[in-house]
Amino acid sequence: MDAIVVDRLRVVRGGREVLPGLSLRVPRRAVVGLLGPSGCGKSTLMRSIVGVQRTHGGTVDVLGLPAGTRALRDRVGYVTQSPSVYVDLTVAENLAYFAAVTGVPRGRVHEEVDRVLELVDLTGHRSARVSRLSGGQFSRVSLGAALVGTPELLVLDEPTVGLDPVLRRDLWNLFHRLAEGGATLLVSSHVMDEAVRCDRLLLMHEGRLVADDPLPALLERTGATDAEGAFLRLVEPAGTGVAP
Amino acid sequence: MSPRLTLLTAGRVLRQVRHDPRTLALLVVVPCVLMGLLAWIYADTPVFDTIGAPLLGLFPFLVMFLVTSITTLRERQSGTLERLLSLPLGKSDLVAGYAVAFGALAAVQALLAGAFALYVVDLNVAGPAWLLLVVAVVDAVLGTALGLFLSAFAATEFQAVQFLPAFVLPQFLLCGLLVPRDRLPRALELASDVMPLSYAVDAMRTITTDAGATADVLRDMGVVLLFAVALIAAGSATLRRRTA
Repeated sequence: MDAIVVDRLRVVRGGREVLPGLSLRVPRRAVVGLLGPSGCGKSTLMRSIVGVQRTHGGTVDVLGLPAGTRALRDRVGYVTQSPSVYVDLTVAENLAYFAAVTGVPRGRVHEEVDRVLELVDLTGHRSARVSRLSGGQFSRVSLGAALVGTPELLVLDEPTVGLDPVLRRDLWNLFHRLAEGGATLLVSSHVMDEAVRCDRLLLMHEGRLVADDPLPALLERTGATDAEGAFLRLVEPAGTGVAP
Repeated sequence: MSPRLTLLTAGRVLRQVRHDPRTLALLVVVPCVLMGLLAWIYADTPVFDTIGAPLLGLFPFLVMFLVTSITTLRERQSGTLERLLSLPLGKSDLVAGYAVAFGALAAVQALLAGAFALYVVDLNVAGPAWLLLVVAVVDAVLGTALGLFLSAFAATEFQAVQFLPAFVLPQFLLCGLLVPRDRLPRALELASDVMPLSYAVDAMRTITTDAGATADVLRDMGVVLLFAVALIAAGSATLRRRTA
């Protein structure tokens, strides 16, 4: 069974039809990249999957249940586009609060915090106030807050955008380790280069899905040499693009 | 609603405040300073004993209103609210958590300001001192409840701050301090009847002049508490898990 099944999802925001009827599937135990330019509806889709977006038609099923169902809330981890943790708390206080809210039993919160600190490589900063951290550390705290309680599905909205190359590589390695451990990850990015890091790609353009392939299949189908080229060939019918 | 999640959230909010010593100091010191200033202005006149108690009900109310509305607005703007709503945390757990945390702060603040007024600058009232303190605490809790409710309607800090002149100052004008409520034009008197601050100030005025009217004061307090509970319930009902 797929981790996410979206069927003819329609979302209108501010009078604009952001998702006109989107259908897609995300397989389990994989790192799936949701790629597309800014404003193409990636965040709206992710908000729909975690159940905080008002929708206007269609269905979203997550782990076999309707998205946003109470029973799903401790099984899905969500990282918003801008880091969303409490800047006036320490790293460990943030993780402990989110762990407890997610349902980690009181006696196990401490070891869960230690485990996640290790995962996001912030053990040395556990007692630091989040407001004093660097941008990369800040976004890793936000990621860590979604990893507590070992959710089965992780929905990560541009978790690597704006980070330095070393940190980006480390995070993608972490995503694959989590997938090997049984998790499903849906990771969005508007940087097409990140395609090489994903097991499977969902390419979005103006609220529609234009590709759903592993990278090699996508390149073969479009005749392009990289994901960016493939995307451009898919969204610009032959002849309308600028000649190479 | 889960008592565990409510207390967890209250603990987290208090931890945030604890990391901000200047805010804590302001919360404790400002109402005391204002009471001291008031006593000094009216030194050697009976005026302080007349308006001291009503204003003791007002100062913590104002401070707690502002602090609560700004803090809850920050939760909304930082993205942590969106994350929390995707987790197994009830809307009522969140709002009640805030109410418990700020209610506790309100109690400490009002008790200190009341004790300062009674024992440092020698406020004399006809009613019992304990009742004065109870009313001060309940009024401060009302400020918290109003802040919790109204912050749901503010999209920015600019708006939240303007809710003070918009929703609190009219209550101040009509609460009976400037013109006794029964001498207001009829329409305004009716309006003041449905404003919670009117009952808060009525109680303080009764304590000021009447030694044997404890029952009246407690009835007014009952009304204020009902308002506070209704505002908190409305605050949690207006919170939407799914937003546009």
